[in-house]
Amino acid sequence: MLEIKNLSVAVDGKEILLGIDLTVQAGEVHAIMGPNGSGKSTLAYALAGREGYEVTGGSVLYQGRDLLELSPEERACEGVFLGFQYPVEIPGVVGMNFLKSATNAVRRHRGEAELDAIDFLKLVREKAELLKMDEKLLHRALNVGFSGGEKKRNEVLQMAMLEPRLAILDETDSGLDIDALRIVGDGINRLRGPDRAILLITHYQRLLNYVTPDKVHVLAGGKIIKSGSSELALEVEHEGYGPMMAELAVA
Amino acid sequence: MNKDFQSAYMDAFAVSRKCLPGQGVGWLDALRSRAIERFGEAGFPTPRDEMWKFTNLRPLTRQTFTLAPRRENSVTLEDLSPHLPDGLACYRMVFVDGHYRADLSNFGDLPRGVHLSSLAQTLESDADSVRPYITDHGDSPAALNTAFMSDGAVLTIDENITLDRPVHLLYLATAGEDAQLSHPRSLIVAHAGSHATVIESYAGAAGAANIYWTNAVTEVIVEGDASLKHVKFQNEGHAGFHLAATRVRIETGATYDSFVAQLGARLARNEIVASLDGEHATCRLKGLFLGRGKQHLDSTTLVDHAKPSCHSDEFYKGVLDGDAHGVFQGKIIVRPDAQKTDAHQLSNNLLLSKTAQVDTKPELEIYADDVQCSHGAATGELDADALFYMRARGLDAAEAQRMLVKGFIGEIVGTIELPELAAHMERCVAAWLARGE
Repeated sequence: MLEIKNLSVAVDGKEILLGIDLTVQAGEVHAIMGPNGSGKSTLAYALAGREGYEVTGGSVLYQGRDLLELSPEERACEGVFLGFQYPVEIPGVVGMNFLKSATNAVRRHRGEAELDAIDFLKLVREKAELLKMDEKLLHRALNVGFSGGEKKRNEVLQMAMLEPRLAILDETDSGLDIDALRIVGDGINRLRGPDRAILLITHYQRLLNYVTPDKVHVLAGGKIIKSGSSELALEVEHEGYGPMMAELAVA
Repeated sequence: MNKDFQSAYMDAFAVSRKCLPGQGVGWLDALRSRAIERFGEAGFPTPRDEMWKFTNLRPLTRQTFTLAPRRENSVTLEDLSPHLPDGLACYRMVFVDGHYRADLSNFGDLPRGVHLSSLAQTLESDADSVRPYITDHGDSPAALNTAFMSDGAVLTIDENITLDRPVHLLYLATAGEDAQLSHPRSLIVAHAGSHATVIESYAGAAGAANIYWTNAVTEVIVEGDASLKHVKFQNEGHAGFHLAATRVRIETGATYDSFVAQLGARLARNEIVASLDGEHATCRLKGLFLGRGKQHLDSTTLVDHAKPSCHSDEFYKGVLDGDAHGVFQGKIIVRPDAQKTDAHQLSNNLLLSKTAQVDTKPELEIYADDVQCSHGAATGELDADALFYMRARGLDAAEAQRMLVKGFIGEIVGTIELPELAAHMERCVAAWLARGE
């Protein structure tokens, strides 16, 4: 599904990622953990195609295609979804209209018929209900004045509507209380399937109590310094990143 | 050079004055003579004039315009439809190239106490009825209008009458030949305690590709406790020039509510001078200008607080793309007598290209001490974070931009109360956005 080889990325001329290798197969959930400033969000933005995230080396293959040559919207239409750490507030753009435009843009690209107002509303209600999200939020300007938890649920709702092949969730767990965490975790689990892959970027282990990853990678200083099974997350939880990084320094 | 073009208008006046309506009415002849003299002395405004600093009329003043003749059958009812708000029941009065067209108009069933007629007819048959309201004022283009005025709408609403439907005044330009000029002159008098909505539309007819100039003056009087809602759509053809001066007098306890949308013309200036001339009067000015290509769109307002305890509120938004140039000038004067004035002004603009430009000039001139005044102006670009967010959800850059621009404009379009008018405005905006493709 996703094959990242020796990927280096610079922002404002400063190298942040220094050669990332990562392969995610269809059906898998990978967690990327790491201390602040390790380059987790840079990886997410680079995969989504954000301007200013300059790929200085390496390659990314997505479903056998060169992902890096696609525009952000082409990536989205091809099934790449980025759940933002800080979802953007957009005054004047009503959430429901935005969601409908996005859903239909992706459907058009896939050669599916656009949803009419009635079918769309039915589908949104169904998905919002599962996330225990108040429909009223969707009639307001996108994310404007939403609480941290509401914004994150809105991200998961968008993901549920767009049905991506590859979901990259950047700290979707931050700012959530324990109930919201469970609901969001359920939302992610519902997306799991044999032809989908999920990349969970997280600082803490707690989301992984709800979504068990197939593999865990620790990103530090722009490199993946350790990979392992879901046990690795627990090790991080108990010991922090310190010992791992010290080990690396000694080596 | 400029002088030659200027004197062409003086010569044209000497030749055509005997054909202008109301010829032989003493006060009117004198008014026209004074106006053409004033124009002769002042000449066209130049950027050296403080109020015209950002709007250079050179493309207009280096061209000789001739008065647009009346052409019967040049426009049919079907041609009006793009300019009529869908589903809006209203009384309609239509002018083509500045001349009243009864065959396209529809206001036979006006209620008692509401009077609508063509200025040309009024000046011929009963000129004295409009004498108190027709004056020469404003900059030299307005003086030129006063000298040459021949037609326009005269609307009066009697005391305590509430007009059940809006009056729609539609001024269409056919631009049949190159460089034609019209001087629409309209008068709206809302007598004490009356309530009305008036829509003014200025538009180029389909295929109006030639250069032309609409030089409009509208005078508005809102008497005690009356309220007038005044909506204007400037949708002139892309080679058209549009200069408009609206002068408003708002008397004790009266309310004047204006919304001006400017989308058309290669060069346009809409000027509103509103005087709060009685206590507890209210003036609300809202506006929107959308420019692209090489358009130049100027919105200039002056709110004059002459009496105490009046309220004024102003909110304009502009969106400029391509090489377009927008201007917002807003001046508030608070006279020494105008204590307890509450005056606010806000101008927000969005630039969609590196070469688009907007000049804003808010100005407060306060001579009273017990007042609450504020003004603000902000100009920005589209939020790059928002654009990326939307693209990351599958919207292409153009669609994301359209949604963001609509969102930016929505705040002000949302203030239009009549749903049919708001829908018409939205259609105009959507058409403008689609032209960017």
